Amino acid sequence: MELLDNLALGFSTALLVQNVLYCFVGVLLGTAVGVLPGIGPTATVAMLLPITFSFEPVTALIMLAGIYYGAQYGGSTTAILINLPGESSAAVTALDGHEMARHGRAGAALATAAVGSFIAGTVATVVLAVAAPPLARVALKFGPAEYFSLVLLGLIVSIALARGSALKALAMIALGVLLGTVGQDIYTGTPRFVFDQRELYGGIDFVSVAVGMFGVAEILRNLENEQTRTAIVSKVKNLWPTREDRRRIVGPILRGTGLGAALGVLPGGGHVLASFTSYAVEKRISKRPQEFGRGAIEGVAGPESANNAAAQTSFIPLLTLGLPAHPVMALMVGAFIVHGITPGPNVITDEPALFWGLIASMWIGNVLLVLLNLPLIGVWVRMLRIPYQVLFPMIILFAAIGTYSLGFNAYDVYAIVFFGLLGYVLIKCGCEPAPLLLGFVLGPLLEENMRRALIISRGDPSVFLTRPISAVLLALAVAALVAAALPTIRRRREVMFTEED
Amino acid sequence: MERRRSLPDVLAGAIFVLIGGAFVVGSLGYELGTPLRMGPGAFPLLVGAIVAVLGLAIVVKGLIAGEVVAFGPIPWRAVVFVVLALLFFGFTVRGLGFVPTSAVTALLTTLASSRVRPLMAVAVTAGLTVASTLIFVVGLQLRIPLWGPWLGF
Repeated sequence: MELLDNLALGFSTALLVQNVLYCFVGVLLGTAVGVLPGIGPTATVAMLLPITFSFEPVTALIMLAGIYYGAQYGGSTTAILINLPGESSAAVTALDGHEMARHGRAGAALATAAVGSFIAGTVATVVLAVAAPPLARVALKFGPAEYFSLVLLGLIVSIALARGSALKALAMIALGVLLGTVGQDIYTGTPRFVFDQRELYGGIDFVSVAVGMFGVAEILRNLENEQTRTAIVSKVKNLWPTREDRRRIVGPILRGTGLGAALGVLPGGGHVLASFTSYAVEKRISKRPQEFGRGAIEGVAGPESANNAAAQTSFIPLLTLGLPAHPVMALMVGAFIVHGITPGPNVITDEPALFWGLIASMWIGNVLLVLLNLPLIGVWVRMLRIPYQVLFPMIILFAAIGTYSLGFNAYDVYAIVFFGLLGYVLIKCGCEPAPLLLGFVLGPLLEENMRRALIISRGDPSVFLTRPISAVLLALAVAALVAAALPTIRRRREVMFTEED
Repeated sequence: MERRRSLPDVLAGAIFVLIGGAFVVGSLGYELGTPLRMGPGAFPLLVGAIVAVLGLAIVVKGLIAGEVVAFGPIPWRAVVFVVLALLFFGFTVRGLGFVPTSAVTALLTTLASSRVRPLMAVAVTAGLTVASTLIFVVGLQLRIPLWGPWLGF
């Protein structure tokens, strides 16, 4: 069995002492930022990325991945206990999870979330291991024209998943692509839009963009109206669900896992979509739909499983095509590049230990998360009492130090200010920052492949339509664009996302 | 659909038009090339134009059928202190060194909250300076001098 050999290689890499250690650090940090409202995994990964530059590539990626899926776990704790989703995908969990907590069943809700997440994470890791290699083999046949169309498709699909107006999301993507052109041109070396500043020749660092848009802008949002956070945290007791509960959560966990694993592959926030869809499905097929919103355990089990399954499978486009499905993945693309690895279909053949090690580490990370979350729940509850006045100066200071240490370049720090303010104004105007970051990271790929395809075709732009795979991908992109603009789907998205608020 | 103006929509659109337009003007200064060998200016020109057009569409939509987005208050105090803190860090970290720069940056940031109390601010500053020195310089071996040349070291 090739798969077993590969997994054996993966586990032998992932079980190295330093890899287990950093996997633990990653999921621990991830849980912490997932629990704390006001700081998300994107800002955290952006701040910690410079630190990982000195690590082995596989160790660095294991830790960064751990932060990402750890945050999905942690987000549900806050959602259940204080009705405040620490992460956007945990918003659905708050609906029924917090109701359960108010009825004194916080323990059962937390345990259900953890068990569901663990099962989903395990299954989705297997899906990832099975689905990634064949996809990578297909992707190896891609030329520049196919890559251009694929990147374009990825960018456009991410609109459908952003909340708010599709027009604004599209404009944010294009703006990200545009900002990505700052710096030296790849073919001619001409410096573009650098205002004669040598420091800008290498382009704007994506870490600055991420820290500014997701860290600084978010802090300014939180400082708009400062209120003392309600410190009324329900007591957690009776961690184990009753026999009746156990019977009721099996179906939702399995359905949620399936849904999440499938939807996670979509770029731009598949895990949020997965948890909302799973909630809708469970409510529809339930024999007791009136219980939903009043503390139905199915409403916790389904969405929690779905969002964790999606968190794992969203690594599929990253590892096979080099396409990030989430802003955190966009940062991981940067981590790959810093370590001299081009993310894409070649990773699996060129760096098998890294590829399988990362996948195996996800299962180890899921085990660690269950251990971290259930027995140590009291620690996380206490963390919720840290006042924001301590938290945000820490984020700002660490952000400044982190970005400065990227290249000891003060311009990277000034860039956070610029993107923090730009992001803040745009977010206030109803524009989501995630599409901009995806556009920023994928923009250079888009330009490079477009120009390369045109050189190969001797300047004939019809190459994008005459090559079959490219044409199909472009057709899908157009379909996604039309779907995002169609009123019926837009209304349904609005309904879904208003429930979140 | 009823007509409703949305100021945030118009503002967002205007930002896109402005940035897109600036890049279009800028890219005209670079060689555009031919489709076979695209010059450095071609791609930014194309994308800049797309951004500007989308921005224009958002402005128009904002004037006719805007989204209802509550703009909300702007925390001027927070904006000023956070910006000041970050600029201070970038400007002085090389000259003053890690410890003084971190301390002042942390102190400026704590002042961003309107509910800050002096004792709290000093405690947070001291705690964060010690923590970041331990984490970044001692733990992670970041190559930034603790005390910079401006202080006579």
